[in-house]
Amino acid sequence: MDTHQFDVVVIGAGGAGLMAALYASKTASTAVLSKLYPTRSHTGAAQGGVGAALGNVEEDHVDWHTFDTVKGSDYLGDQDAIEFMCNEAVQAVYELEHYGLPFSRTPDGKINQRPFGGHTNNVTGKPVPRACFAADRTGHMILQTLYQQCIKNKVRFYDEFQVLDLILSNGAAAGVVAVELATGEFHIFHAKAVIFATGGHGRIWEITSNAYAYTGDGPAIAWRRGLPLEDMEFFQFHPTGIYKLGILITEGVRGEGGILLNDKGERFMERYAPHVKDLASRDVTSRAMYTEMKEGRGIKGQRYLYLDVRPESVNKYAALDGRLRPDGTPYTVTGDEILAKLPDIIDFCRVYLGVDPISQPMPVQPTAHYTMGGIPTNKFGQVVIDAHSSPLPGLYSAGEVACVSVHGANRLGTNSLLDLIVFGKHAGLNAADFAHQASFQIMPKDAADFALNQMDKLRHNQGTEKLLELSQEMKAVMFDHVGIFRTADGMTQALDKVRELKERFNHVRVDDQGKIFNTNLMNTWEIGNLLDLAEVVAVCALNRTESRGGHARDDYSQRDDANWLKHTLAWNRDGKVEIGYKPVVITKYQPKVRTY
Amino acid sequence: MTESTQMKISLKILRFNPEQDKKSHYETFQLECEPTDRVLDLLEHVKGFIDGTLSFRRSCAHGVCGSDAMRINGRNYLACKVLVRDLNSNKITVEPLLGLQVIKDLIVDMEPFFENYRSVMPYLVNEDPLPPGERLQTQEQRERFDDTTKCILCAACTTSCPSFWANDRYVGPAAIVAAHRFIFDSRDQAAAERLRILNDQFGVYRCHTIFNCTVACPREIEITRAIGEVKTAIATGKLD
Repeated sequence: MDTHQFDVVVIGAGGAGLMAALYASKTASTAVLSKLYPTRSHTGAAQGGVGAALGNVEEDHVDWHTFDTVKGSDYLGDQDAIEFMCNEAVQAVYELEHYGLPFSRTPDGKINQRPFGGHTNNVTGKPVPRACFAADRTGHMILQTLYQQCIKNKVRFYDEFQVLDLILSNGAAAGVVAVELATGEFHIFHAKAVIFATGGHGRIWEITSNAYAYTGDGPAIAWRRGLPLEDMEFFQFHPTGIYKLGILITEGVRGEGGILLNDKGERFMERYAPHVKDLASRDVTSRAMYTEMKEGRGIKGQRYLYLDVRPESVNKYAALDGRLRPDGTPYTVTGDEILAKLPDIIDFCRVYLGVDPISQPMPVQPTAHYTMGGIPTNKFGQVVIDAHSSPLPGLYSAGEVACVSVHGANRLGTNSLLDLIVFGKHAGLNAADFAHQASFQIMPKDAADFALNQMDKLRHNQGTEKLLELSQEMKAVMFDHVGIFRTADGMTQALDKVRELKERFNHVRVDDQGKIFNTNLMNTWEIGNLLDLAEVVAVCALNRTESRGGHARDDYSQRDDANWLKHTLAWNRDGKVEIGYKPVVITKYQPKVRTY
Repeated sequence: MTESTQMKISLKILRFNPEQDKKSHYETFQLECEPTDRVLDLLEHVKGFIDGTLSFRRSCAHGVCGSDAMRINGRNYLACKVLVRDLNSNKITVEPLLGLQVIKDLIVDMEPFFENYRSVMPYLVNEDPLPPGERLQTQEQRERFDDTTKCILCAACTTSCPSFWANDRYVGPAAIVAAHRFIFDSRDQAAAERLRILNDQFGVYRCHTIFNCTVACPREIEITRAIGEVKTAIATGKLD
């Protein structure tokens, strides 16, 4: 078994991992371990934009961005971290431009910006263009640009290395254990600082916008090592996924003037969010859609609605809203302009549905999209492990896997790409600083044993259970009962099912007994991660007897600040989920009723 | 929205297990599927329900990550971006990309491909002092290199190119696309150096305008045109 030594090891090569690697590698020896080639990472699927109050198109302020994010989080976000992120946002976006990111431009050559859900002018309450975009490929451009910069700066990559375990020694991070997919060989990476940037776990749900790779490897590993997970009950369902497939259709469609319609041709969001209508925040919009469908107003009575971006529809509703261009003239669009601003989603609709959004409305339904919870960190990217937010020395985390928490109970669109670049950067800087003054922890002799045994057991399971059947059953029950609307009965049913699946998982047969590229074995391990996390999600959701942000209960339909203005922490105690809490950081925004 | 219209498909896959096989061989699976299923869905079905050893890469499953480029009925596609109905046949043959060494089944060694990519300085070079805000760029300047910013490095183009098959030291279409993206970016200052790299005997002149790359590109980049623009820039010393 090979052992490697680096000051800093970064796990994951999406936006957060690459940003961390760029910054850590400036002053410390750094390696990036990724189970995918870096450019395959899911950051590349992000479409609509990255939020920053540049004010390039209309007046905007960092304070407005901060307040919108606090309100979007349904007051569960930690306000010190949100202030930090929104302050850093402006410089972070300029920095991406300096790295070469090909942003779309305004007529005067600046970075172009579009409106997005929940981002408002705090004086008028109207949507404000805050999402800095590159057509509908903003995540692709961020991922490519950061990878290009890593090549320029000769960052050391270990591509297609699956990290299986985190090694702790003397209460501090000592390194990780990984398997090299091409050979099946195990490697130990001995490090002073470890940064987890492994992304989310949206593959728990049936209809999802998330990549196959989104299996929660980071939090599952941390969980097994006794670290807490934070706010796992909060998961975002994006309003507009392609019907049945779940493929994301950016909120930027509505930013450009697209509207949601029910079977009666009614713009129903007017009833749910009278001020910002189709640009309400995602939790509000997804619930409205679900309610429309439940009350029989889905298209042809089915479980989808229309997202309409045909120029005649956009122009009609823009005129009704009195929407103006920055120069004061009425807002209008042509088919060519829509095509230029949203080329990829138009391509997706043509390829997968045979629908042309310039002349036909798109059939959409809410789709599992984003993990608000995860590995708890502070705003410096340090992993914190208790109710007092005490850091675990040498361990860092950033991006979707981490819970800072800047998104609280519901993330605003464009704040995920922002989270990646701001906290990726600071996790990288702080990990390198830590490595400069720390020494290596002693690597235990048996460091790889847990991972070796885990793989050995999976490989030799006896039984006839099929992995794909198990994962399909998990996804169905979690989508139905721990989805957009939740009840105690439904969640209990889901929890029972997940526990049954965890038992059956011990009898999954792995066909592939080889070493080279054993994707069969790796996929089995990944589904095991999802099952562990699904149980944590369901337990935490059942425990929180209120509705807040993305966690909406029919049986406790109100937000309950007196009892629940607090973060959930969940620990693994001998295989059982134990729950604790920690306070929300409130600086200047006291909780208020949240309407759009 | 279409009602269930199941069809029968014969799925023939070129298999190779380096731990067992001396050479590759075809294996055929009979499946029922929807015409709107992706070829990737068929592969997942085989792996999940028939033979777990079938090996291929995939991640996003909607044509933006570039993991699952492969040869399908004799042409390069992303398996997640081609539907069964698009192939107009109930016989589907799936093979690994040509010109890169097969590691296992549909998984090829991508390292030579990325080595070529890295060789063309695929990153912005600009040594001027940084402005406090963004560098300005007109919409026309931005549009000039828009097409080549779309590349997802899936290798469908390079591995469809007969010149690359003939000599894998040719940098290949994808690397030239990456160079083009920076050569024609008004903010970049290293065009001359990239043009010098591509003026090499394994550079742009290996392209014989066969257009396979353009046909293969799942992002609909006009690759042959981009290569032509790089050739012209080398010949004239001008960027326009």
